[in-house]
Parts: sequence; C-alpha cells; structure tokens
Amino acid sequence: MREEGFAGVRLERVSKAYGPETVVREISLAIPQGEFFTLLGPSGSGKTTTLSMIAGFTLPSQGSIHIDGRDATRAPPRARGLGMVFQNYAIFPHLDVFGNVAFPLTVRKVPKAEVARRVAEALAMVKLTGLEKRFARQLSGGQQQRVALARAIVGQPRVVLMDEPLGALDKNLRYHMQVEIKEISRRLGMTVVYVTHDQEEALTMSDRIAIMDRGRIAQMGPPREVYERPESAFVAKFLGEANLIRARRRDGALRGAGAARFEVAADRPGLAEGQVFVRPEKVRLLPEGAAPAANQVAGTVRHTAFLGNVVRYEVTLPEGEVMLCDATNASGTVLRQPGEPVGLAWNAADALLLEG
Amino acid sequence: MPLRHFAKWALIAPALALLLLLFITPIGWFIAESLAELGSASEVWLEAKAVLGSRAILGAILNTNGIALTVTLMVLAIGYPLSYALSRARGLAFSLVLICVVIPYFTSVIVRTYAWMVILGRNGLINQVLLGLGLAREPADLLYNRTGVIIGMTYVLLPYMVLTLYAAMKAVDPRLLQAAEGMGAGPLTVFAKVFLPLTLHGVTAGALIVFILALGFFITPALMGGPGDVMMAMLIEREIELSQNWPVAALMTIVLLAITLLLYAVYARFADRTEEGFAR
Repeated sequence: MREEGFAGVRLERVSKAYGPETVVREISLAIPQGEFFTLLGPSGSGKTTTLSMIAGFTLPSQGSIHIDGRDATRAPPRARGLGMVFQNYAIFPHLDVFGNVAFPLTVRKVPKAEVARRVAEALAMVKLTGLEKRFARQLSGGQQQRVALARAIVGQPRVVLMDEPLGALDKNLRYHMQVEIKEISRRLGMTVVYVTHDQEEALTMSDRIAIMDRGRIAQMGPPREVYERPESAFVAKFLGEANLIRARRRDGALRGAGAARFEVAADRPGLAEGQVFVRPEKVRLLPEGAAPAANQVAGTVRHTAFLGNVVRYEVTLPEGEVMLCDATNASGTVLRQPGEPVGLAWNAADALLLEG
Repeated sequence: MPLRHFAKWALIAPALALLLLLFITPIGWFIAESLAELGSASEVWLEAKAVLGSRAILGAILNTNGIALTVTLMVLAIGYPLSYALSRARGLAFSLVLICVVIPYFTSVIVRTYAWMVILGRNGLINQVLLGLGLAREPADLLYNRTGVIIGMTYVLLPYMVLTLYAAMKAVDPRLLQAAEGMGAGPLTVFAKVFLPLTLHGVTAGALIVFILALGFFITPALMGGPGDVMMAMLIEREIELSQNWPVAALMTIVLLAITLLLYAVYARFADRTEEGFAR
C-alpha cells in the first residue's frame, strides 16, 4: 500500500500501553525525507518507546506507522529497511570491525565484492579505515561509536534511527560526533530519527525537535522556535534556563507581585494570570538610575557565577522570586557583587505569557 | 603487588593441598605400588605393550570413547534447546525447569540408574505403553545393551551440560539479538550468526565436561549395559576385584588419565584462543 507524496516516516495517532499504564499517547507526526528529527524528553517521557515502535521492536497498541509511504505498523524489524544506532552500540563481540559493519549486507546476501566495497566506503566515511581487523574490546568508546554509525549507514537506508548514540561519550568527543553525524546524514540525504535527553544536543543537531512529556508531544518545531517560543513552562524549562515570573492581569495590564508591569509578544488576553517567560540571556542589567518602565524589575544580586564567556547573576526580587540574568563578559565588564542592588530589563519581543 | 601475589596463592593453596592429598597422592601411590610388583622397568615396559596390544583392553578403550562421544552428542542435542528455554523462562516456569534439571543432579547415580531400569525394562513403563497402544508387537530391548547405557548416561550427565550452557546463554546481551534483527536478520540468521557463535564457548566447555565425566563412568554402564558395553572403568575394577592384577589396572588407569589430560589440554588451548578474540 503505497501512498503518494510522502517519503519519510509518518505516525498516525500512535499509542502504546503496557497493561493499565499508557507510555505513549496518540502521537502523530510526519518526518519528511532528509529531515534530522529529534525526540527529546526526560526519561519516562515515551521517546524511546516511540523510537522502538518505529523500529518495529515494539508494536503499537493503537494507531499506524508509515515508512517511505508504506504501512509498516505490523511489519517485523527486518522488513523495515532501517539503519539503527543503538544506545550501547550493540557491537557484536565475536565479529571484528569489518564483520560488524558488513553484517547488514551479509544477512541480505549482498555479493562479496560489493560488501567489501561498501564496507570500505562506510569505514572511510566514519574515519575508521585500517581498523577492519580489530575487535570491539580493542577500540575506544569513540571508535566503537563510529563502528555503530558505519554499520547503520552501510546498507544505504533512507531512514536511520539513533537511540542516545552519544550518551556514553565524554563532552569533547560528543561535540565532535554531533558534528560528524549531522554532516554524514546531510551528505547521504538520510532521514534521521534521533532520541536524546540532552537538550543541547537536540538544539545543535536537529532540523526539528519534538519535546515529549509523559507520553505526549508537548511541542514540535525547529530548534530556535521551540527554544524561544515555548508553549508551556515544561518546554521552557526543559530546553534550558528559563525565567518564569508570576503575573496577573489588572486593569488590562500584566503585573507582577510588586509594581512591575509586563509586556509580552503575542499577548493572550484570555489568560487572567500566568507566568511571564524570558530567557536569561535576553535579560540585561540596567545602568544605575534608569527610569521605571515596562519589563523592568529591581532586585538584589544573590549570587554571581563567572562562567567565562558569560556572567550569570541570580537576582532576588523584593517579592522573593529569583531571576537569572546572563550578561556577556564583554570588554570592560564590571562584575556586580552579591548584595548589590540591580535593575533588570528585557524587551517585550523576547517575553511570552505561559499558562500555569 | 607482592601482597596481591601472596593473596592469590593463599586463596588457591587450600584447594591445591586438598587435590594433592586426596587425588594426586593416592593415585600416584597406587600406580607406583602396583607397578613395583612387576619388579624392573623392562618388565613394566613389556606389560604395558601387552596391555595396549590386548584386544579386550583396546575394545574397552574404543567402547569408552565411542559411548562418551555418543552421550556427549545426545546431551548436547537435548541440552542446548533445554538451556535456551531455561535462559528465556521466567518466574514459575524457570523454577520448574531448573528444579527438574537440578534435583536429579543431587540424587545418587545408583538411584537414578535403577529408576531408569524400571522404566526401560521388558515389563517397564515404555514397553507397556508401546504394547498397550499397539505400536509394538513384542517388548523392545532397551536395557542391558548400548541403548540402555546411552539413555542412562545421557540422563545422568545432562545437568552438567545444561548448567554450563545456561551460564553462557544468560551472558548473551539480548540487545545484540535485537540489533541483528533490526539489521535485517531473520530468526534463523540471528541464531546462526549471533546467538550460536556467542554461546559456542559454552558448548565446548559443556561437551568437554560431559565427555571427560563419561570416560570414567562405571555404575550406569555396569548396571544398564550388556556384555558388549564394557568401559575402561569397569575393566579396571574387574582387574582389581576379580583378577587381582594390580599392575594391569594401574597401566589402564594411566591410559584413561592420559586421554583425559590430553583432551583437557586441547580444551585449554582452544578456550585461550577464543578469549583473545572476544571482547569481554
């Protein structure tokens, strides 16, 4: 059953329940061919189960899954033609690097000469040429990761699934591999469905991110959009540091606990109260004695964290709320010390009103 | 470092002492004393040539190896699927299968052998069922022949294979099997290309344990076998009990021991090599 017009991965109201416990609830999404799509969420949010259903290791309780225009809801994993990188790499200990990378080809009875050629290509792409005869235990974590990657792409699948592939690597190596995976996926024009709980990784690599929360997609969109325009406090907090200030509508204006007045982008007049969201890096320290205006608050520095390129201030507002302000460590920066009174300000365009 | 070295030997020492005291000393003493009866070294050499040239002894050596090999193959054929089921089973099913495997393991060989004789005899359970169902006209000879020996020994030795294989199978990461499946392998390919190679060291270890134990078997072949099923251990016992011929018994012991040690050496060599190739 081939549908016209959609190559890629499509999920239609997919749910998964284990007994009374529903781990994935009515997820619908469409990942076009060539997109780098990330499922991001805390553990238990259903992202791995969703990936497992796309892979075919888990059957959905409800809904349908379409891969490359074909209904694959009940197809066994081997019939789905996907490339996969597993969380722990799942490198076969009884096979050397060549045997591991060749595995998806040999089980499909690809002729020997072609296996050799394609394995060589895949190994060149992940920069492992020359290590064909090594066994997994003779490889570093990064090299094992590359073997897993080469094995996922050697069959030239249109769709590759990756389950927290960089989880076991140290920070430096992680960044390198992020760039490399992204680069390879772009070069081969593959659709990638990527699962991670690391928001930085998701923001760096993805064309689009679905943030999952308790089995549902809380929000879906390009990295910058979900980061700067979160639709809920959960998404706002999960994607990075976020200021969320209580606000209530009085006389048609949003006001904080004190006298502060807030203006936000795309106000929602229907909300009588909520939280004003603004990222710490959009908040600036006011020069001494600025005139009171909208989106300005006064407070006291509680803690100054010098992070190198950025100075992060924790500022206590008179009402007890704490705001974060990330100031760039530009030329001539004077650090504010704990106890100092400061003013904070931000632009209405960078602020949103969220429910809750 | 020296302390760790010392600690290692301190841990091994009791076992070594026990082995020396209860195995090496008596067997060495037995062989030395028995051969001393012959007098000179040239006498020993002549007797050894006679032993190796004797048709009865050569027959027993062949019998012993043939029976041990057949039993090992039977135990493997039954034990591999059984161990697989055990490694996949959970809860009550797991406990039941495990109990069925382990309880006989702790039961005396004599008891188990007699139990089989009740089942296999001419008026035994199997023959009654076969005759009752009309599947056979006269009772099948399942006892006092090679068939009986093989059945009895297979049963007695099965737990050794199952427990060894179970350990090997339990150590296989199920995610590897899932990964293979995801890469396009059907169930048979997953088994042949991943599961079997990853459990092969268990097969060699189990087969070797069973084969070596089978080489020295005495009670089961003595009770369940016929005149043509004489094994080495039985012959050794006969030499001592009936003929009082201690030197011949000692020489046959040496032959049996040599076969065992040779096999063990092969295994140790083989095991070492697989260790090197595997990531673990």
